[in-house]
Amino acid sequence: MIDLQLLALLATPLTGGIVLAVFGSRSWAAELNSLMSGCTFVASVLLTIAVIDSGPQVAFKEQFFIDQFNVFLVALTAFVAFTTSLFSRPYMRIEQHHGKLSTSMLHLYYSMYQLFTFAMLVALTTNNMGIIWVAMEAATLTTVLLVSLYRTPASLEAAWKYFILCGVGIALALFGTILLYFAAERVLGDGGTALLWTHLNEVKGSLEPTVLKLAFVFLLVGYGTKIGLVPLHSWLPDAHAEGPTPVSAVLSGLLLNVALCAVMRSKVLVDGSLGNHFAGNLMMGFGLLSVVVAALFLSRQKDIKRMFAYSSIEHMGLITFAFGMGGQVATFAALLHMTMHSLTKSAIFFTVGHAVQKMGTQQMDRIRGLMHVSPTVGWGLMLGTFAILGMPPFGVFASEFLIITTAMHDYPWTTPILVAALGIAFAAIFGRVQPMVFGETSAKSLPHPPALIPVFIHLLLVLILGLYMPDYLAGWYRQAAALLG
Amino acid sequence: MQIPLILQFVNLLASLLLLVVFAMLAQRRILSLINLFAWQGGILALSTFVVAYSTAQHHLYYSAGLTLILKVLLLPWLLHRLIRKLNVRWDVETLINIPTTMLVGIGLVIFSFNLAAPISQLSEGITRGLIGIALASVLLSLLMMLTRRKAVSQVVAFLSLENSLFFAATSATQGMPLVVEFGIALDVLVATFIFGIFFFQIRETFESLDITNMEKLKDD
Repeated sequence: MIDLQLLALLATPLTGGIVLAVFGSRSWAAELNSLMSGCTFVASVLLTIAVIDSGPQVAFKEQFFIDQFNVFLVALTAFVAFTTSLFSRPYMRIEQHHGKLSTSMLHLYYSMYQLFTFAMLVALTTNNMGIIWVAMEAATLTTVLLVSLYRTPASLEAAWKYFILCGVGIALALFGTILLYFAAERVLGDGGTALLWTHLNEVKGSLEPTVLKLAFVFLLVGYGTKIGLVPLHSWLPDAHAEGPTPVSAVLSGLLLNVALCAVMRSKVLVDGSLGNHFAGNLMMGFGLLSVVVAALFLSRQKDIKRMFAYSSIEHMGLITFAFGMGGQVATFAALLHMTMHSLTKSAIFFTVGHAVQKMGTQQMDRIRGLMHVSPTVGWGLMLGTFAILGMPPFGVFASEFLIITTAMHDYPWTTPILVAALGIAFAAIFGRVQPMVFGETSAKSLPHPPALIPVFIHLLLVLILGLYMPDYLAGWYRQAAALLG
Repeated sequence: MQIPLILQFVNLLASLLLLVVFAMLAQRRILSLINLFAWQGGILALSTFVVAYSTAQHHLYYSAGLTLILKVLLLPWLLHRLIRKLNVRWDVETLINIPTTMLVGIGLVIFSFNLAAPISQLSEGITRGLIGIALASVLLSLLMMLTRRKAVSQVVAFLSLENSLFFAATSATQGMPLVVEFGIALDVLVATFIFGIFFFQIRETFESLDITNMEKLKDD
């Protein structure tokens, strides 16, 4: 039974959110935030162990469903949420010291951070396609006020755009969910079970294909807005650039994954019903377009956080493309790339956050000589950039290599496009980061020591996974890939 | 073919809903826009009630009650309060080219009926043809969000989008499971509160609720 572990996993961030809503302005709120995130991580590890031991199972009257696929995302989400909370403790204090944030803003931040974690974990673990929608919307609502935390005109505009675009996107996903229910109701009856994924999965062969086809288009466009797929991506760079850096890290590293998980749940159903590659083709198309467009936009960026936001669009496009190709190897590679991207991208945002604090600007041509200012920040950014660009021996190389070789085998015409896009991205990002790390400097020192331990933990994990993947971990990914087909 | 009276009534309500969305699309005064939104909620609650009565689905009665409280009373009241506090009660929006917008709207209705045609074939009894109307209302609300330049009317368009989806859920299917409906209602309510907070922040920063002031973030 996994009821207890699941309860601990979901109750901890919810309690944290409520407690911090009351005590968020106390001096120990940052420590409490980290503690709660730590406990959530422990609960996710216990849940993972239980699921690996005893396989996929449902809990709480079938309202929750855990299998190898989502438990891996749960563990990843809880881990990155934990390290981000460690990073945000000194980061937010420095921001406060610089006079950018007030105590009441921090109060809001801590409470919403926990509730955001809660919403993402519910979206990942629920068995109910309707609740996935509700939790995704809740995740938007909890982060929208965080994006506008600085109350600058630009951050307000970014938050408004985020709210409206994701609101519209997610509304389309709701229409998709309604269509799915419409099809399911005819097979499963109109009890409470017709939206439960496990039940839908059993009868997916007899769901009406015409309805499911339309439903998937709406679901993909809807949740795709959240993933940041082109042409629905325009909220993403703004929200990432204007929000506080810990929020950029969790939006980029986690929320995009959660939305992709919702799409994959739908894809499994639609594939079963249609019996052809319709859903896969659609995802490949959106994925490829995102990779190409993001790569072209990368070189035009002036703001460092905006540039890495476009890099997130590129990588999410690559993952969507790999999931779209389908098959064991591609799905395995996509899952691996999801892990690597989350770890690397959040590490990059951590170092970028401190670099921006030291230089007092996000404009890349005014950031120079990080290596002189602080070798750890400089090396962190350099290594993180190497990792995200897919340099061996980092893990991103392994997953990108797998994706490209599979594409070469199954869809040879896509290979030159992918390789060219990755090449352009490499030139754009490396050309920008190199002078920022080396070169002459004009920096100031920080009132609190920066938190760079999470950065190096993440990069170390990515490095280790690139060099050597333990058997049980590979087995775990394989099982998850087998579930998605 | 003889259509049962109750089905005719639901169809009548559905067409009224579509009419209200068109009226909102052309409405320039913010106060009237909010009143139209309340009417839309009223039609929605009534149609949910009728569907509940005709299919004997008890949980739909709760949905109807929830709609009545939330969308006819609470949300319009909140919006009225907001526009009074923000002093935009008598604001008139300059909409470019209402006739063209209307024609595009008609095109969207035809498009959605075509898109929904194969699905309408499948549904039996009370729901036939309603998916087309629901989809048309969704797309029209989206069009409204695109054509509006004031923050308040964009939010009303967003809520009208939510209403259209709710109509799809209750009338085209037999209502989503109650837990999902409660979740959706809660999200909408929280979203409206956050929109309210935003209005004040936006006006404080930009000194107007016009979103054309906010088109600074561009690439290049």
